[in-house]
Amino acid sequence: MPFSISKDEILETVSMLQTENLDIRTITMGINILDCRGGSGQETGVKIYDKILRYASELVKTGDDIEKEYGIPIINKRISISPVAMVADGLSSPDMVKIGSYLDKAANEVGVNFIGGFSALVHKGFTKGDRALIEAIPETLAATERVCSSVNVATTKAGINMDAVYHMGSVIKETARLTAQQDGVGCAKLVVFCNAAEDNPFMAGAFHGAGEPECTINIGVSGPGVVLNAVKKYPKADFGQLANIIKNTAFKITRTGELVGRVASKRLGVSFGIVDLSLAPTPAIGDSVADILESMGLETVGGHGSTAALAMLNDAVKKGGAMASSYVGGLSGAFIPVSEDQGMINAVEAGALSLDKLEAMTCVCSVGLDMIAIPGDTPAEIISAIIADEAAIGMINRKTTAVRIIPAPGKKVGDWVEFGGLLGRAPIMQVNQSSPAQFIQRRGRIPAPIHSLNN
Amino acid sequence: MTRPEEGKRLIITVLGHDKVGIIAMISTILAEAQINILDISQTILQEFFTMVMVVDTSGSQTDVVTLRDILTRKGEEMGIKITVQHEDIFKFMHRV
Repeated sequence: MPFSISKDEILETVSMLQTENLDIRTITMGINILDCRGGSGQETGVKIYDKILRYASELVKTGDDIEKEYGIPIINKRISISPVAMVADGLSSPDMVKIGSYLDKAANEVGVNFIGGFSALVHKGFTKGDRALIEAIPETLAATERVCSSVNVATTKAGINMDAVYHMGSVIKETARLTAQQDGVGCAKLVVFCNAAEDNPFMAGAFHGAGEPECTINIGVSGPGVVLNAVKKYPKADFGQLANIIKNTAFKITRTGELVGRVASKRLGVSFGIVDLSLAPTPAIGDSVADILESMGLETVGGHGSTAALAMLNDAVKKGGAMASSYVGGLSGAFIPVSEDQGMINAVEAGALSLDKLEAMTCVCSVGLDMIAIPGDTPAEIISAIIADEAAIGMINRKTTAVRIIPAPGKKVGDWVEFGGLLGRAPIMQVNQSSPAQFIQRRGRIPAPIHSLNN
Repeated sequence: MTRPEEGKRLIITVLGHDKVGIIAMISTILAEAQINILDISQTILQEFFTMVMVVDTSGSQTDVVTLRDILTRKGEEMGIKITVQHEDIFKFMHRV
């Protein structure tokens, strides 16, 4: 077969890889561990550990090999497992902590930087296992380095479990307290979801859902830098043209993920799950979703127009990406974390981006209030109310929303938290101090919305 | 459908200021590694030297990682940027 790619196309690809930070953000192996229940936390932990090592021992090497052979950077190799609360139902909270320690050990042993699935799905109510796991979250996140936790507190079909929302406010506060030495970094590994995705490859919210196969490979692509450069080239394009430019670019980015996913699943002998189309920023300069929005013509992200710009970007990325992959899934939308995006950090620092505007932006893009640092003395009820607001947005709009918020111990507005690496750094943001305590203490369940009755 | 793994072709690109001996240097390294040049095209664009080369590695014992290391190092010595990529990434990105 002749090689029919033009020189311009070749140089475009090389430039994406060399100067625009195009990379595969993560190869995440999802592993079913529902068959790993033992009589105790210790026994269950050992079984899970053994299974992870059996399935994932070649994961990191395979990712590294593909990176070298194809010349595509693959930043993270990660593992997601079935929600631990399901596997270990009936065990106690100390047992759950024990299991968490084995997860950390397994992640360390196979060389992945995060393992997700210390999770519970409680959108309609708690099992005993769910309660034990949630109680074990603060200690587990403080005692481990690589374990990530998530709790699904709401769905469009079930409504919002306000008991869980109430509890998670305190769990987040306690996690921050136990990791106070590192600015409450434990909270950066804890996500509270509405409509959690079962095949999401991105941390900290990844888990291997109940409908997933025994083992699968999910790919998270990246590429804000590539989209940014494409948008910058056309400062005068109208929105129809701009959408097309973004679609074309998203298509190319996603194809890279498709290629890596196919090769990885073939080499590992594991089924290929999905490519997640999310635009995931990093703290690297130029690898920012905020910069894309500003390159569309906004002075600063957070100003009026930001929501519209983000909605258009998010939709164009999906349209381009959906054409590029056989199976699209996960979260698939632009991420707007604060601490992991230099443009967002700058906007907060300049006073242009508030928590309220971020909340509005989460209505039209992926996930939600992500990696936001708030004052350490914020009451648990306010954190619960922030979660309730995000869950309501997700529930009504039939989309995934989440809260990953860090009440940094001892820090006030104007201070900074430093997590380092991919988690980045962030200025402490102002929180509305009006008390929702009485509202949150009502407890119970917010009923599912009328449009959940679609059968 | 494009099948990855099967391709034995690599795409070598060179970017930098034009100077004597760039192609000679690269083709010598390729010849020593028993790598056949299938196509070569070069232009001088905005004072920059740009070259794209398609090569066949099916007769070579040298793996892509080693070849990339050698060429990258030589490129640095000459003040030019050389990249070596598997053909599949271009096929995947630009064709369905």
